[in-house]
Amino acid sequence: MKPFKIVIVIFLFACISTKVSAQDVTALVMKVKNKLDQVNDYTAEGKMKTDIAFIKAPVGGVKVFYKKPNKFKLQRNGGISVLPKGGVSINIGNMIVTTGFTAIDAGVVDIGKVKTRIIKLLPNGDNNDIILSTLYIDEANLLIIKSITSTRENGTYEMEMRYGKFAEYGLPDKVLFSFNAKDYKLPKGITLEFEDTDQATKDKLKGKKGRVEITYSAYEINKGIADSVFK
Amino acid sequence: MWVHLRIELYKIFRKPRTYLAFAAITALIVIIQIGLYVDGKEYTEFVMADFANSFAVDGKILNGYFICYVILQLLLIHVPLLIALIAADMISGEANMGTLRLLLTKPQSRTAIVTAKFLASVIYTLMLLIWIAILGLFVSTMIFGTDDLFIMKSSYVVIVKESDVFWRYTGAFCFAALAMITVASLGFFLSFFAENSIGPIVATMSVIIVCTILSTMNIPIFNVIKPYLFTTHMITWKEFFDFKVNDANEAIVGSIQYPERIIHSSIVLLIHILGFAGGAILLFRKKDILS
Amino acid sequence: MSSIVKVNFLTKQFNQFTAVNDLSFTVEKGDVYGFLGQNGAGKSTTIRMMLTLITPTHGQIELFGYDLYKHRRDILQQIGAVIEKPDVYKYLSAYDNLQLFARLSGVNPTQKIIMDQLEMVGLADRAKDTVKTFSQGMKQRLGIAIALVHNPSLIMLDEPTNGLDPQGIADIRNLILQLSRDRKKTVIVSSHLLSEIEQIATRILIIDKGHKLVEGSAAELFDTTQTIVQLETTNNEQALQQLELSSWKTNLKPLRDGHILIQLDQQDIPHLNQFLVNQQIGVLSLQPRHSLEDYFLQITAGKQHVGTFTN
Repeated sequence: MKPFKIVIVIFLFACISTKVSAQDVTALVMKVKNKLDQVNDYTAEGKMKTDIAFIKAPVGGVKVFYKKPNKFKLQRNGGISVLPKGGVSINIGNMIVTTGFTAIDAGVVDIGKVKTRIIKLLPNGDNNDIILSTLYIDEANLLIIKSITSTRENGTYEMEMRYGKFAEYGLPDKVLFSFNAKDYKLPKGITLEFEDTDQATKDKLKGKKGRVEITYSAYEINKGIADSVFK
Repeated sequence: MWVHLRIELYKIFRKPRTYLAFAAITALIVIIQIGLYVDGKEYTEFVMADFANSFAVDGKILNGYFICYVILQLLLIHVPLLIALIAADMISGEANMGTLRLLLTKPQSRTAIVTAKFLASVIYTLMLLIWIAILGLFVSTMIFGTDDLFIMKSSYVVIVKESDVFWRYTGAFCFAALAMITVASLGFFLSFFAENSIGPIVATMSVIIVCTILSTMNIPIFNVIKPYLFTTHMITWKEFFDFKVNDANEAIVGSIQYPERIIHSSIVLLIHILGFAGGAILLFRKKDILS
Repeated sequence: MSSIVKVNFLTKQFNQFTAVNDLSFTVEKGDVYGFLGQNGAGKSTTIRMMLTLITPTHGQIELFGYDLYKHRRDILQQIGAVIEKPDVYKYLSAYDNLQLFARLSGVNPTQKIIMDQLEMVGLADRAKDTVKTFSQGMKQRLGIAIALVHNPSLIMLDEPTNGLDPQGIADIRNLILQLSRDRKKTVIVSSHLLSEIEQIATRILIIDKGHKLVEGSAAELFDTTQTIVQLETTNNEQALQQLELSSWKTNLKPLRDGHILIQLDQQDIPHLNQFLVNQQIGVLSLQPRHSLEDYFLQITAGKQHVGTFTN
């Protein structure tokens, strides 16, 4: 009888702890969200680099516009850009599901020298494109260092953020958007190329991850942006 | 020899056939430009079909640089015929007309005469390439504007930054000139063996077609001779449109991925030119003129 | 007299076929040198070798005292040639053709000189017309103008009267005589038209199957006091019978058509006529045959010098 009672006590304690832990992580998520909410709008200049094994592309200039609650636009400064289909969601705000989610504490891990708490966000409904979002949050600074988002339509992608002088607004200096390029089809050119790439190189080209990296050089925060910019 | 060269150029540019070649090139390029102006979107969608399944491409793909690339790809199959029309006519045409015997009774060395003929066909080839560059590159950029150059290679995509494109075209056209001079020298060489132009023109095109087929097919028995065929090397101009990337997969602006291929192909083509032209000159010095 | 041309043991073989075989001859300064032979005898091949269009298999050619192949450029500067049918650039005018070939001949003539040349050959009024509109005779004349534009001292004409009408032939003949007599040019003329050569040539070379048969002046080659006449009578059979009984019996040759050839001194022609009249044979015609033609036919048939009709 005694071991059975011990198990019951441990189980009840775990449930209470879990409930308490869930409340803690939800609060943490909301704190991060509130920090991001300081920014009503921003315009940022940056350089975008596409790093996919079978695409050789130059670094291009971009301009990013954001307006609360969910207006976002990435505009190239000329040139041709190649992005994975489904777009690149580099808007930080999109990573956080604002309502109807369950937050689960998944422990802590160091990313670089930063201690982060892993929080898994599960949307409650089935209507969301996002199935699961895993956030790695720097608790001390209320910054999202990394997120892994699984979507119904566009697979799973990772984002890593590096912060600098705009950390107080939760705006990163650098965003790395990673995705699995394995499933993407290699281009078949109609090119009369005699020297065919060998199979080993082709396999190598397929195997790697793809990345889109944006390095921001300047933010203009809360200066006001007209809605017409997003049309 | 400069007197001969001026005389040969004078004869070439007094022949109606010469202008036919320029007119044909103009018509071909204009037709391509009109077609792409009207239906370019559909064309790029077709070219990008596989790629666009996985990637969203944003930007002005159908720009003047892209059009020029398409034109070069198409025309560098057809331009050899236009070059053969003149080069393969240089000796056989004179023999057919009967002017060769009169020409060779003049107090001029045969070497000077035949070298001048060869150089005249080279100059004609260069002028044709310059005309293609003017129409294909400059006029295309005027009509379609400029942007980055998007190229689908056989197993990867290359996007060349707009500011990095023009010098590559300069290099590509120079290489294309070398390739077309090889065609001219082949036609010139074959011209030696006939007394009317049709034979050498047809023979030149036949050699190019057969060698292109051998160069294209990936059959082990042909792979042995492929490196020695000039047609294998004629398309190396495309290497100008591939660049190196650093460890971070960032494009190194101003670089060429495989410069050694360009150098190697240039040497092979030069050897062919020297072989064909040199052979023609040597044989011509000893030829009995019976026409 | 100095020799302008010296050809020694000239031979040309095309695979198994020998076009010219050990041919030797000389052309003296001021000669109008007739180069005779049937079609395929080797005349054009010989002239082409002298113009470096064909390389001899062996032999030596000396022009103006110099070896042709060692001083080719300087020698060709002194030669003007028309080889068979003279072809020029059809898409250019007569003026442009003449100017072009003049430059290749090492001269840069003025407009006046070019027009004078065209005037000389009767083409001044067609100077600006493209050659494709020219007749064969006009092209021939243009060819001669091109051959003469750089004032050469040796002129080689290979079949210059081919395709010409009688007036054209006469014009060429007069031009050759003018070049020789008035301009002191040395002219080599190859032809199979014996009547033309006979009228202009000072010396003659006859070749057959690449071999030289004879070379020399007309006086050296055959007796021009003798002539051959072709006789047609009212009764050729009877005339032949009577002549066979006469002193002319050794100089007779009956022809298949019934006519009779007789070789005799020119001054004996009236006596022949009288003889036949005395035999009551009517003489319908007594036509002298060209001595060169018969000489040529005989010599190329392998027969001896004319004077004996051998069967």
